[in-house]
Amino acid sequence: MSELPSTILSVAVQVAYPNFRLDVNLNESLDGTVGLFGPSGSGKSTLLRVIAGLEPLALGTIGFGDERWQDSAVQRNVPPHHRPVGYVFQRARLFPHLSVEGNLEFAHSRGSRASDIDAKEEVIVAMNLGSLLSRDVDGLSGGETQRVALARTLVSGPKILLLDEPLAALDVRAKNDIFPYLEALPARFGIPSLFVSHSVHEMVRLAEKVIALDEGRVTAVGGASEILGGALYAGHALPFEPVSILNVTVSGHLPDLRLTQVLFGDQQLTVPEMSTVVKGDQARLSVSAADIVIATSYPENLSVRNVLFGTVGQIIEMPGSAFAMVTVDVGGTPLKARITREAVKDLGLERGGPAYALIKTAIFDHRG
Amino acid sequence: MPDLGPLWLSLALASVTTVILLFIGTPLAWWLSGTQSRLRPAIEAVTALPLVLPPTVLGFYILIALGPTSPIGGFWLKVTGEALTFSFSGLVIASVVYSLPFMVQPLQNAFSAVGRGPVEAAATLRANPLDAFFYVVVPLSARGFVTAAVLTFAHTIGEFGVVLMVGGNIPGETRVISIAIYEHVETLKYSEAHILSVGLIAFAFAVLLLVYSIRRGNGINV
Repeated sequence: MSELPSTILSVAVQVAYPNFRLDVNLNESLDGTVGLFGPSGSGKSTLLRVIAGLEPLALGTIGFGDERWQDSAVQRNVPPHHRPVGYVFQRARLFPHLSVEGNLEFAHSRGSRASDIDAKEEVIVAMNLGSLLSRDVDGLSGGETQRVALARTLVSGPKILLLDEPLAALDVRAKNDIFPYLEALPARFGIPSLFVSHSVHEMVRLAEKVIALDEGRVTAVGGASEILGGALYAGHALPFEPVSILNVTVSGHLPDLRLTQVLFGDQQLTVPEMSTVVKGDQARLSVSAADIVIATSYPENLSVRNVLFGTVGQIIEMPGSAFAMVTVDVGGTPLKARITREAVKDLGLERGGPAYALIKTAIFDHRG
Repeated sequence: MPDLGPLWLSLALASVTTVILLFIGTPLAWWLSGTQSRLRPAIEAVTALPLVLPPTVLGFYILIALGPTSPIGGFWLKVTGEALTFSFSGLVIASVVYSLPFMVQPLQNAFSAVGRGPVEAAATLRANPLDAFFYVVVPLSARGFVTAAVLTFAHTIGEFGVVLMVGGNIPGETRVISIAIYEHVETLKYSEAHILSVGLIAFAFAVLLLVYSIRRGNGINV
């Protein structure tokens, strides 16, 4: 028996709107950050709102751990302010009539840890907000605003975090600003969270388990690599560009060149400097299928830095399109490359044949 | 110098009316700003009626409703021993009806501008609906409240037709400033009518200047 409280989220709800229907059945343990992934309009945000109790039309049952928040059969519907959820909205929804400190205090004084003065202090330190406390929220940058929103949610002492595309409204720099804080959440605060995004790369960085949603239904639940790599979509068109996930070990930094070297199996990759990791650390990289080039002989006089040797695995021609999905097995990991069917023919690619997968360093830069 | 009694009476009537309407208009405006109910257009139309009806129509029916033979007027007579018609209390009731849209519409616009976002955010931070309303919605609608209160107050000061129908012209009881002006004119005391009228013009201008300086967009619309 585990001493930790149960983090099982069980949802069986339907919501019918005039032009959209959400029909979700879920029973998942939320350990760390679980991703809720799907195209725009697939119902990700609606599902979060249903869990938080913000959608009065939702019918069904919702439970988290040993609490039951909704059971329409017995007219039970715990109002949102009695559900211990922390909701971070896409547009932060800070209270503009209060300062940063005022926003935090609003949440702290009403939250489950209201008597714990250190709780607020801990969050302020963790989110690096000390210098912003007296500021008006109107004057904050996009990244700062979301950091305050995240902090405000944390000081209310939630048992589950619902992160509703907190990065979507931010530019690349602001995303990079806030990412480390999001990544550190599970370890630092130990609060299970559901993270909504339609960005594959955000998912890869934050979530190990992913729930895929499409047209209001759960289409797959599984590991990030399986889902985002498209393995669970066998047979139908992917609603997104599949990615390959590379589990790598940091082998060193090249500070002068602002590069970090990592080992993928026994082959080396060079990526833009990863300032938060040290030698020996594990890291996950993701590469979109469109970003991989295939060569049948070792390329020379090319700017590309990362050349991985492997063997051709599957070659799946995508009907009705110019493309084929070719996998190159590198040390047991299949890397997916989307290349033209013409290229498959020209190169004479065949299953089991040798191939090099080429990956530009730049595609690892500034994204999330 | 004219008798200033009507001025004080007008100020008292406007103050009482504004306070009462704050209590009635706020929940009504909040409900209107958020409801999906099919009744909403009908309620909005009823609320806006005083803007378009001639004061005589309004005054006529209020007079009937408050009369000693009506349920409301009869009840009041039984409880207090006084008639509602041609009394200050009757004027207050009539003014509350007459000035309702001047309270409700600016508040409704202000609440709509705030939207449900901050309320939802407050709810997810454990604020119950009343808590969220007073600590989030009210501060964010502060300008709307000022606009609504000022417009209601000013409009009540300026009303004439309804007051005349319901209240008549009893000094110290129902003879408000607009009635006093009317009587001065009728009795050809033009200089006294001038003093009160110019005073009202200056007052009205000051009020509107205040409202427009606060913000555009929360005002009255029919």
